[in-house]
Amino acid sequence: MPRLRGAHMTPLSAEDVSVRFGGAEVLRNVDIAIHPGEIVTVIGPNGSGKSTLLRVLLGAIRPATGKVTRKQGLAIGYMPQRLAMDGRMPLTVRRFLSLPVRRRADAARAALARVGVPGIEGQSLATLSGGQLQRVLLARALLAVPQILIMDEPTQGLDQPGTAAFYKLVEDVRAETGAAILMVSHDLHVVMSASDRVICLNGHVCCQGAPKVVANAPEYRALFGLGTGGAFALYQHAHDHDHDHAEQDDAR
Amino acid sequence: MLDDFLLRVFLAGLGVALAAGPLGCFVVWRRMAYFGEATSHAAILGVALALAIPANIFVGTLAVALLMALAVSALTDRGLAMDTTLGVMAHAALSFGLVGVSFVQGARVNLTAYLFGDILAVGRRDLAFIWIGVAAVLALLIWRWSALLTTTLNEDLAVAADLNPRRERLVLTLALALVVAVAIKVVGALLIVAMLIIPAAAARGPSRTPEAMAALATAIGALAVLAGLWASFRFDTPAGPSIVAAAALLFVLGLAVPRRG
Repeated sequence: MPRLRGAHMTPLSAEDVSVRFGGAEVLRNVDIAIHPGEIVTVIGPNGSGKSTLLRVLLGAIRPATGKVTRKQGLAIGYMPQRLAMDGRMPLTVRRFLSLPVRRRADAARAALARVGVPGIEGQSLATLSGGQLQRVLLARALLAVPQILIMDEPTQGLDQPGTAAFYKLVEDVRAETGAAILMVSHDLHVVMSASDRVICLNGHVCCQGAPKVVANAPEYRALFGLGTGGAFALYQHAHDHDHDHAEQDDAR
Repeated sequence: MLDDFLLRVFLAGLGVALAAGPLGCFVVWRRMAYFGEATSHAAILGVALALAIPANIFVGTLAVALLMALAVSALTDRGLAMDTTLGVMAHAALSFGLVGVSFVQGARVNLTAYLFGDILAVGRRDLAFIWIGVAAVLALLIWRWSALLTTTLNEDLAVAADLNPRRERLVLTLALALVVAVAIKVVGALLIVAMLIIPAAAARGPSRTPEAMAALATAIGALAVLAGLWASFRFDTPAGPSIVAAAALLFVLGLAVPRRG
């Protein structure tokens, strides 16, 4: 088990968390702690429990065992992977930003400008491009003045320049607000440059630490393949993998 | 006396439109049409029970509709309430209800009144029940409005904002059972879902915000009640189906309006 230093001071942490859906164990004995102001990215193959881990930390799923600890009064900004909408509900950007907490017009305007989509208050969410929608989701999360931003695959569906621009924005936001950032991502090459810490998940924490360290860890390579720093990752990873479970010690 | 009668009929119809408008929007947004069918068909079972006991029809339909809605809601939570399950429950409830009513002496004659509504038979007491139910539905929806919208968009988004999606779903379940109990005398168990879905669907096109859609759905529902009742008096057609037919015509007219957002 990786030892987590200062876990009692962290805004958000999970200790020995296991989650079962039906009979299947999706997460087992996961320890994770997010420190103030750090960018943590969770990577892992499809079905490795990344989104489940975020939802446990968010409080949307109750773990079967273990516990999630949140600092008292922690302000969370959450960016979902998608909205359950296909235009059935009419919704302008302005109205969306005020759900469920009403926001002032000038605050909404400033948030949209900050994330690079100024003046689109009146537009319908259904007409936004993928990149615009991601930014609007981020603006809404920022309006909560979060101490931690949780994002589930925030760049899904964006092209490479769009993805790079989005991560740049995330880094800027961290620098300005000091918020911790926890996200799930598939963009391995960007993750490696934009994160302070990477957690490699496959039902359990395979390895974690600074991007460089994780990239060289045998567990990481077993999951994502060698060569090109994981840019051509192998996603069809089988669950009967055979890397030894003596996990990488906290690599910082 | 005639004026009094007409006023009662219109007030009953408008009450249903007022509650069904905003709730119908959620039925459309959350794809709860089959959920609504199951709940409203169960109301016939409630009628059978109320006649057998005997108890107040509103109370009987409300209780059984609520039980059905809670059962369906619980199944949905476990991922079991698929299309087929809901279809089975809806029609089983309807059939058992119809069989049950047939055992009650003298009730067979009145059955169409509960299947298709009998708004002309709405008395003062009925009107009072309808408006109490409508007020309760509107109070629930207004109280939870933002939370309901957020939960509908994305349940995790709601959790992150310290809302409880389960509670919000329960609010909708309760509101649905109330609307069923309120509307059964007006449009009947078979057409309640129509009053939920058709005005909301017609209101989607011109609306840019959820609030606008809810308001417009209510207005369209009210217009359908007025037009349907007028047609019913003028051509001596059944009131409930005439109201729904009018709503459907408004929906078709609405298709000509370009979508705004």
